[in-house]
Amino acid sequence: MPAPIRLRELIRTIRTARTQAEEREMIQKECAAIRSSFREEDNTYRCRNVAKLLYMHMLGYPAHFGQLECLKLIASQKFTDKRIGYLGAMLLLDERQDVHLLMTNCIKNDLNHSTQYVQGLALCTLGCMGSSEMCRDLAGEVEKLLKTSNSYLRKKAALCAVHVIRKVPELMEMFLPATKNLLSEKNHGVLHTSVVLLTEMCERSPDMLAHFRKLVPQLVRILKNLIMSGYSPEHDVSGISDPFLQVRILRLLRILGKGDDDSSEAMNDILAQVATNTETSKNVGNAILYETVLTIMDIKSESGLRVLAINILGRFLLNNDKNIRYVALTSLLKTVQTDHNAVQRHRSTIVDCLKDLDVSIKRRAMELSFALVNGNNIRGMMKELLYFLDSCDPEFKADCASGVFLAAEKYAPSKRWHIDTIMRVLTTAGSYVRDDSVPNLIQLITNSVEMHAYTVQRLYKALLDDISQQPLVQVASWCIGEYGDLLISGQCEEEEPIQVTEDEVLDVLEGLLVSNLSSPVTRGYSLTAIMKLSTRFSSVNRIKKVVSIYGSSIDVELQQRAVEYNALFKKYDHMRPALLERMPIMEKTASNGPTEIVQTNGEAEPSVVEPKHPPPVGQPASQGNDLLDLLGGNDVPVIPTTMPTKPASAGGELLDLLGDLSLGLSLMAFYLFDLFKTVNFLSTGIPPMTAYNKNGLKIDFTFERANPNPNVAVITIHASNSTEADMTDFVFQAAVPKTFQLQLLSPSSNVVPALNQGTVTQVIRVLNQQKQQLRMRIKLTYIHKGSAVQDLAEVNNFPPQSWQ
Amino acid sequence: MQFMLLFSRQGKLRLQKWYVPLSDKEKKKITRELVQTVLARKPKMCSFLEWRDLKIVYKRYASLYFCCAIEDQDNELITLEIIHRYVELLDKYFGSVCELDIIFNFEKAYFILDEFLLGGEAQETSKKNVLKAIEQADLLQEDTKVSFSPSFLMVWSRNAAEVRDSCGGSEQASWVKTAFLLLVSTERKFWITLNKDMLRKIKMQAPL
Repeated sequence: MPAPIRLRELIRTIRTARTQAEEREMIQKECAAIRSSFREEDNTYRCRNVAKLLYMHMLGYPAHFGQLECLKLIASQKFTDKRIGYLGAMLLLDERQDVHLLMTNCIKNDLNHSTQYVQGLALCTLGCMGSSEMCRDLAGEVEKLLKTSNSYLRKKAALCAVHVIRKVPELMEMFLPATKNLLSEKNHGVLHTSVVLLTEMCERSPDMLAHFRKLVPQLVRILKNLIMSGYSPEHDVSGISDPFLQVRILRLLRILGKGDDDSSEAMNDILAQVATNTETSKNVGNAILYETVLTIMDIKSESGLRVLAINILGRFLLNNDKNIRYVALTSLLKTVQTDHNAVQRHRSTIVDCLKDLDVSIKRRAMELSFALVNGNNIRGMMKELLYFLDSCDPEFKADCASGVFLAAEKYAPSKRWHIDTIMRVLTTAGSYVRDDSVPNLIQLITNSVEMHAYTVQRLYKALLDDISQQPLVQVASWCIGEYGDLLISGQCEEEEPIQVTEDEVLDVLEGLLVSNLSSPVTRGYSLTAIMKLSTRFSSVNRIKKVVSIYGSSIDVELQQRAVEYNALFKKYDHMRPALLERMPIMEKTASNGPTEIVQTNGEAEPSVVEPKHPPPVGQPASQGNDLLDLLGGNDVPVIPTTMPTKPASAGGELLDLLGDLSLGLSLMAFYLFDLFKTVNFLSTGIPPMTAYNKNGLKIDFTFERANPNPNVAVITIHASNSTEADMTDFVFQAAVPKTFQLQLLSPSSNVVPALNQGTVTQVIRVLNQQKQQLRMRIKLTYIHKGSAVQDLAEVNNFPPQSWQ
Repeated sequence: MQFMLLFSRQGKLRLQKWYVPLSDKEKKKITRELVQTVLARKPKMCSFLEWRDLKIVYKRYASLYFCCAIEDQDNELITLEIIHRYVELLDKYFGSVCELDIIFNFEKAYFILDEFLLGGEAQETSKKNVLKAIEQADLLQEDTKVSFSPSFLMVWSRNAAEVRDSCGGSEQASWVKTAFLLLVSTERKFWITLNKDMLRKIKMQAPL
């Protein structure tokens, strides 16, 4: 058989192939030749054939049939064979297959070979791809070589030991004695690999870490020599002596100094020296400085050193080299929590990095910017961040928008600014805003009572421009539904009020309903908004028409809403105003322990719940008065305006809406509605009690029993004020344990006049089905003599008849 | 370091060194994805990127991309220096290395890498020592004939430098002033150190 073609020949030939198919054909032909050559057990050309196979493997073709041949090459006496054999083993064999175990004996022999280069090959292969079994078998040999005086082998043995330890951590102990005088070597290769070995051991075992702490002085000395020594041609890189070794030593020092005062102190000086003396014109110097900064930040360094480190990072930020800037931003992000003030000083540079072209740098700069926002710099920072939001790639927009909302919420200098910022985000990145921002924003808007007119006007104008961004559209339609009356009346104080008619507003909302750009959720929002406007606008007929059209909509959600609204128009028209009233201020609800504060108030809610509404909380008592007016009369002493639900179909959503309010309560509300007519307010003989008496405010409870349902206790509170000043904005709230259900009706007024000139009364109904002892926690808020007062109290002294 | 890849601007793999155990399929997948990601980077971007849970450090030298995957606690900037050191070693060994050198002598590129890094860490920080070790190991190779591609034949005997230029008008002739054939016998005592002044470029090819 003719001699197999040479490797270079093959490479040249394959490269002439013009198509993938041609190449494949050549490869297949050659593989066949190689296979038959292997079958013939040809020793002379095995090396050449395996080399060719390795080339073909790199091109992506299968080469597994050469695995055993590699083993044969390794076992050969010829150095050329061994070289290729070990290379093949590292490329073709992997530890999943048992074949590799056959190598173990060969490697063992070669580790003891007379030629150091053969030993080197064996160490290299073992250290690169040795499996745990192989490592276990050969660890002893490696350990022996670790103690040899031959530096060529010693350095390789050290790294091989690192691999052994990574594969079989229990063997770490075995290498401990050999490490004793590793650091006294002069040879840099051995020093470097020894430091790597020590680092690995310290990272894996706290005992080792404690044991090696005593090496700190020695390490410091070596580092010092590297810095102070003159030019050493062998290890010089751009004027710095052995930067690789310097970086590794710094890393080991970091691990040794972390959490340990003495070690940290011992290295303070050298760290300062490295930080100040290292040449920064080239990447290599900056690499050392970078490692130094990481070390300074991690150990217990003195504050002067930390400031020095942050300043180095600050200088990095100004470096032309983008790699350096990247590294600086990453490090600053890590330290911003602990050294916040120091990082703040570099804020402007960081903000400039937002304009960098590199995506990774931009991302880091954004994260860091958000971390640096505080009450003082919020205006300036937000300007930059909003500009960034405008111009950044879509992948950033969601995170940036969320970050802006969070920062605005925490540090907004004024409500107007807050609303403006939100508007800006919605209009520039409206479609990238997260889903949960919509309810958060709505809640925020309702809380800024004085800004309602301004907000709705701005949102309306934004809608006129663009209806494609769903979160914006949803918030806008909700606001228009709520505050449409303010929009029409042109009441805006903050900016020039726009003149808009009811029809124009309804046009816009109806436009949302029909537009292809609107998502189903958005349509729901707009339908409800239109419905709400029926109590605020006068064009009720138009609204009725719209609503009835959607009663046959294909979208089930819309259909249901429309049908229910229709029902509202037809059968419950008298309830409509109450239901579609202005929403109360919503607070973020938080459970208060075992009792849930149920703060229903003189407020009705839209019957079909917008799925993302937070629960209604709080009590603008003024609304109750509106209600009284609408229903035209005082013959009804208390209006049961609490109507948390409509038909049970909406009950599911409502459960979410009202948090932990049980369904029972909502059903009870129904009963109450009918009960309203039959409730008997006559005293039932239960003695009244004083529930609260503090700071001049006294609250008495009187009891009645609702006749049809003996489980319901009706308590009327009487609040009186014995001080000389009125208590205004008086709000009474109550909470009961979970086994009870409570309903608060509208108070008679929210001003408790001074000097007991009058009382505020309010009715509480408590359903006590389990006949448990009644307990209540009450919360009172009012404004007295110009300052807001808030108090919480427990009421435990209920007379037994009230709950039995 | 978890792995190092060298690939051309067309995405062809020229060298792959893996320091973590992975199946062939996984290696192929990682290679494919990473090559795509790196090639998509614009020239102005920085040399670092996050990919999966690793940090990737890459640098382009002429038509070759050198790409390393390091772990979270590794220093990116020094990794750039490691890449640079490897390129310098190749350059010194091959004399003004180019991609073709690495294609035709890939096994040598591996040998050099294995003398510089072991298990993903640098084993020798002196350029001189790495090159010396490679030289010595090369000498151990049995029957190493050193010659250029077929259009050249250079002879150098142990007694005198006989210059015979039979380059035959190939365009590569322009960079060669003198031509040598080195016959290296297995007996090392006949090896004579090359005179750097007389050589511009030597490509060493073993009889594989």
